[in-house]
Amino acid sequence: MKARSMPGSEAVRELGWFRAHKWLLLRRISQFGILGLFLLGPWAGVWVIKGNLSSSRILDTVPLTDPFVLLQALFARHVPETTALVGALIVVVFYGLVGGRAYCSWVCPINPVTDLAHWLRMKLGLRSNARISRRTRYWLLVVVLLLAAVTGSLVWELVNPVSMTHRAILFGMGMAWAVILMVFLLDLFVGRHLWCGHLCPMGAFYSLLGTWSLVRISAYARSRCDDCMDCFAVCPEPQVIRPALKGAEKGKGPVILDSNCTNCGRCIDVCARRVFGFRSRFNQREEVLGNVERPVAPAGVSSTAAQRRQANMEAGT
Amino acid sequence: MKLTRREFVKANAAAAAAAAAGITLPAGKALAAKDASIRWDKAPCRFCGTGCSVLVGTRDGRVVATQGDPDAPVNKGLNCIKGYFLSKIMYGKDRLTTPLLRKRNGKFDKEGEFEPVSWDEAFDIMAEKWKAAIRRSMEENKGKPVDQLTSRVGMFGSGQWTIWEGYAASKLYKAGFRSNNIDPNARHCMASAVGAFIRGFGSDEPMGCYDDLENADVFVLWGSNMAEMHPILWSRLTDTRLTKPGCEVHVLSTYENRCFELADNPIVFVPQTDLAILNYIANYIIQNKAYNEDFIKKHVNFNQATTDIGYGLRPDHPLEKKAKNPGVGKFHKISFEEYAKSVEPYTLEYVSELSGVPKEKLERLAKVYADPNKKVMSLWTMGCNQHTRGVWVNGLIYNVHLLMGKISEPGNSPFSLTGQPSACGTAREVGTFAHRLPADYVVKKKSHRDLAEKIWKLPEGTIPGKVGYHAVLQNRMLKDGKLNAYWVMCNNNMQAAANLNEETWPGYRNPENFIVVSDPYPTVTAMAADLILPTAMWTEKEGAYGNAERRTQFWRQQVKPPGEAKSDLWQILEFSKRFKVEEVWPEELIAKKPEYRGKTLFEILFRNGQVDKFPYEHGTVRDEDGNVYDNDESEHFGFYVQKGLFEEYRRFQHEGPKKGHEQAPFDVYHRVRGLRWPVIDGKETLWRYREGYDPYVPKGAGVYFYGRKDGRANIISAPYEPPAESPDDEYDLWLCTGRILEHWHSGSMTRRVPELYRAFPDAVIFMNPDDARERGLRRGMAAKVISRRGEITARVETRGRNRPPRGLIFVPWFDAGRLINKCTLDATDPLSKETDYKKCAVKVVRA
Amino acid sequence: MSKAEEKPKSSERRRFLVDTMRTVGAVTVAGLGLGIYDRQVASALPAQAIRPPGALPEREFLGACIRCGLCVRDCPYGTLRLARPGEPVATGTPWFRAREVPCEMCEDIPCVKACPTGALDHGLTDIDQARMGLAVIVDQESCIAFQGLRCEVCFNICPLRGKAITIEMQHNRRSGTHARFIPVVHSEACTGCGKCEHACILDEAAIKVIPLDLARGMLGRHYRLGWKHRVKGLTEEEKSRRFNLPEGVEYDYRTGIVRRKANPAPDRKEGGVPPDDSPFGDDPLESLRRRRRALP
Repeated sequence: MKARSMPGSEAVRELGWFRAHKWLLLRRISQFGILGLFLLGPWAGVWVIKGNLSSSRILDTVPLTDPFVLLQALFARHVPETTALVGALIVVVFYGLVGGRAYCSWVCPINPVTDLAHWLRMKLGLRSNARISRRTRYWLLVVVLLLAAVTGSLVWELVNPVSMTHRAILFGMGMAWAVILMVFLLDLFVGRHLWCGHLCPMGAFYSLLGTWSLVRISAYARSRCDDCMDCFAVCPEPQVIRPALKGAEKGKGPVILDSNCTNCGRCIDVCARRVFGFRSRFNQREEVLGNVERPVAPAGVSSTAAQRRQANMEAGT
Repeated sequence: MKLTRREFVKANAAAAAAAAAGITLPAGKALAAKDASIRWDKAPCRFCGTGCSVLVGTRDGRVVATQGDPDAPVNKGLNCIKGYFLSKIMYGKDRLTTPLLRKRNGKFDKEGEFEPVSWDEAFDIMAEKWKAAIRRSMEENKGKPVDQLTSRVGMFGSGQWTIWEGYAASKLYKAGFRSNNIDPNARHCMASAVGAFIRGFGSDEPMGCYDDLENADVFVLWGSNMAEMHPILWSRLTDTRLTKPGCEVHVLSTYENRCFELADNPIVFVPQTDLAILNYIANYIIQNKAYNEDFIKKHVNFNQATTDIGYGLRPDHPLEKKAKNPGVGKFHKISFEEYAKSVEPYTLEYVSELSGVPKEKLERLAKVYADPNKKVMSLWTMGCNQHTRGVWVNGLIYNVHLLMGKISEPGNSPFSLTGQPSACGTAREVGTFAHRLPADYVVKKKSHRDLAEKIWKLPEGTIPGKVGYHAVLQNRMLKDGKLNAYWVMCNNNMQAAANLNEETWPGYRNPENFIVVSDPYPTVTAMAADLILPTAMWTEKEGAYGNAERRTQFWRQQVKPPGEAKSDLWQILEFSKRFKVEEVWPEELIAKKPEYRGKTLFEILFRNGQVDKFPYEHGTVRDEDGNVYDNDESEHFGFYVQKGLFEEYRRFQHEGPKKGHEQAPFDVYHRVRGLRWPVIDGKETLWRYREGYDPYVPKGAGVYFYGRKDGRANIISAPYEPPAESPDDEYDLWLCTGRILEHWHSGSMTRRVPELYRAFPDAVIFMNPDDARERGLRRGMAAKVISRRGEITARVETRGRNRPPRGLIFVPWFDAGRLINKCTLDATDPLSKETDYKKCAVKVVRA
Repeated sequence: MSKAEEKPKSSERRRFLVDTMRTVGAVTVAGLGLGIYDRQVASALPAQAIRPPGALPEREFLGACIRCGLCVRDCPYGTLRLARPGEPVATGTPWFRAREVPCEMCEDIPCVKACPTGALDHGLTDIDQARMGLAVIVDQESCIAFQGLRCEVCFNICPLRGKAITIEMQHNRRSGTHARFIPVVHSEACTGCGKCEHACILDEAAIKVIPLDLARGMLGRHYRLGWKHRVKGLTEEEKSRRFNLPEGVEYDYRTGIVRRKANPAPDRKEGGVPPDDSPFGDDPLESLRRRRRALP
């Protein structure tokens, strides 16, 4: 198999590996850090946080509750205790501010799995892609809630890979590995970003939660974009980039407002031109095309990158 | 609290794991096929004094099954939960299989670590220590008369020894080492009962038998939780209560226990006031003139005990200094009128107030004794025996029965139950106590010693006439360095003896002393020893036990012991080979029997032409079906050891002046399900001292207490005297210790059965819920029990089987991890020297 | 939802509709499948699975429990666990198997306190009121107590000993001289903690905690047990009955026993016992009968 140039390699070259992986690393630290905090209890007896992502208590006082599972319970006609409501409120406010789907990229334990699948997909050049609408997840969300209402039980939680994975790590694996493997294989062979980007009703729920979130990614230096397309290649929800990055002519601001943006920051990492950055949703300021002189690339690699960019541009327009 | 609960979880997990690793029989057809290859034989149960018989199933050299013996009169095929698991007690994973000696740099060192050694090395060092101690004793004894002799070697034996083991040990010590410092753990359990039997009747052990359980109309339990401790007897008692119209059960205890569930008259009394209650009953009988005048006239003497006799503590203890007559057991004759006067102060009002028992309950109890038409069986165990006035309280029960003449006939029976399988058969009948010789003879009396020396073919004056160190005194003497070579066999006295911190432990670890422990398992006692000898148990040897109703039961060796383990009998006999008579006896004694010169103690005591009389070869021991059984000891020594010892022991019963202890010949017992002695002309005796039932009662006498010269029983008046230690402001609770159904004694066997361990894993503090609440304790919380002597931590139980009144806690002592005897006081009955484990003062605080 | 692209042509609209229907169809299939799975597999709680104290009835519980495991974490004895995928209990819900680790019935019920949603009912404040299941002696043939052996481990270990489990004593007809101590479970007190099942010393427990609906029968709605359901004024004991009896005979109509009236007990001694305080029984026949029985 021929070694391929991966998206972001230019950024690595130009900004160094660490700057080109800054947000990815932070995200992994967040994902595993949160898991680690949860594991500190059962493994070391240090109970910073107890429970799991469905509901937990920080230092045995502050309750946190996943609003998605609580909503299912409400649909199942269960009136929960105040603790759960307070916990859910805290979570709603938090993600309402930092971006609903920040949950997906910064917390969700399935994310490293689907990220790995995606990375392998690119590495192996797998191109098969099921044509499934990204709206499916919203339909699924409706079905999940309807099911709860009809059956009176939290049906989705029987199979939900997200809560299941986290629980499996904390409370015992059982057959959960099979479900995790299923998601992995789905994303590797069946469709690009199939689970997180198309099917996961939890993601759908959180996207709605973050509709008006404050923290956003802005293509604040979109004028610097050289159309290398690396951001599209790495983005789990690439449809969210275009309106912001390429919407200048249509009068659209540089801030990515689509609620499906997961605030993962990978576009920031892979952009050698430093087009993207975290901004408040109200910060529509742009940086004028500047004098960022692109350093001369070393011969071989540079030429391939240039060729690929060329190809990307042709394909894009 | 959390931590302890988590520890508890761990313990549970361990138990589960153990259960998984335990022995389980395969199910279904395979089982049936394998069942056919099992060889079945009978044996008595290894646990309590009830003496249930079981059938033992052996296959491929392993006991794989047991069943209750359906033809056994005691249990008719039934067992308790411990008996159900008999087949598992020998197969704990940590059986000792080789001698272990504390060593450092290849040599014995008191502070060294245990290392496996050979039997030779073990006996070498042991003999060296014994000889040194005996040499010192001989120096000290120079010029002393025979009734002043002391010794620096000692032994703590067992009511779980087989009859011949106890007999051989007693002979080795009293005759061989010339030391009376041999006492059994039965001292902790039966000594008070013995004292009262001897004082009252001149002969040890009950006049009645278990058939009283079917023949009585009323049962009165005086400090006995029979329902848990004698489960099968309780089953018989209960059946009588259920099926006999008018049958009543009266239960007296210092806390509500399992027996209270059957009680028609449940009575919880203030500790120690049983003395007053019994005197009240006597007073009631006399006041109402209900006593059996005819019986009293013919068969009873009245006596007054010496009072203010102290508490058997060390002589420098303030309580002993305060006592007027410490340890004085003398009593003198009085008239009936004087006796009546002595119990007169025990009025209903006074006793009700003292004991905290409502008047109507006391009266109801007194009435059943006073009713000439009601046959009353009084039953008791440790509540009466482990009592600083144990001999007295035993005697007071006899007083009541004797006043009414309710004794020695079916259903009218004061019955002392025993806790060990052979407390009667071995400890008492063989006389392994510091003051006794076989068959009710005692070392103090020259004529008795003469008899023993005659039967044992010893020169006159071999057996010392001074009573040796009893159980509690042994620990004190170890601590004081006056007892230096000490063998603990077939018991777990570090766990069992009171005041572990101040007496037992310092005694064992005293650098002057060498402590040997023989046990199948690494018990708490073994851990405190210098040399541990691995021991064969139960059906790994041929044995005999005697139960509480005078029933002697035999069993054959069914399997080989594991590894290098050897039976107590083998150990005693083999050890005796290490001593030349010159090393243990003074020249003037040997001079009386010059033919013994140069001989070993083994040759003098066991190769004496009597013990070695019965030849043995493989095949000698066989059952009626022709199955051949091993007999490791006989194989090793070349003669039928057990038979020889038993037959020599029987000579004491038949050749001495004391009648009424006769047992049948050895071979009979291998055929029958036990016989109750005296066995005369092949017939058992059910009720002693009663004409028609007991062949020793002359025609026309009706009743004859032939244990005493005048044929009369003694009523001995004794007053209420307070306990040694009572709760005060600081130590504000009574502590009572005891057992539970699932575990036997120190739990060294039953705690190794996973199922039993799971059924009751750890000792708990049984406590009144109000007492707990007052101390901020809840059920399940860890709490400390603290006495003036030590403390333990255990969980609080407010809901369990024992429901103490306010002001009293009950803690079982089976748990090696929670040694409640760190807290108990080593106060004893000054007469019987038996410790009072039922009363001391503690406080309980949150752990 | 994101707006469709600018001006969809008719073919595009068609495609959009087809796509939508396809999605809806697929999602419906998934939903139905899940629904069936839920009904058939996940909610059929096996008999040996016991819910924590205070758990709502199973259907409601499955709608209320959010599978957070806080109850598991706060259980001080490690009794509770969350069902793992593949186990026969709805994934992620708390349960325990009594034979492995039973509920220790903490007085403060930390598991219930920990539950954020009330799937474990916060109304349960007295652990004795918990109804996790009901202990049932499922095999009387193996239970050694029924055979007359002295076990009573389940009875003794029961935290509501004497209430939830009692011992019924019966005559052992086989041995003739022993009693049988039969454990009896009382549903009005049994919490289903499972201590009995855990402690049962048999290789396979003869007493098992099973869900209440499985464990309990129900008396016909039309019937009452007369001695339990007393009707005031009607079933109260009649006191003033009189009978035709020969001289000197009395009849106890409660026991049905006819006996000769006791003669006033003769005072055995001077200044004897007052009549109402007699140490003697009032029926010499009875005394004689007993004496005869006592003789061999």
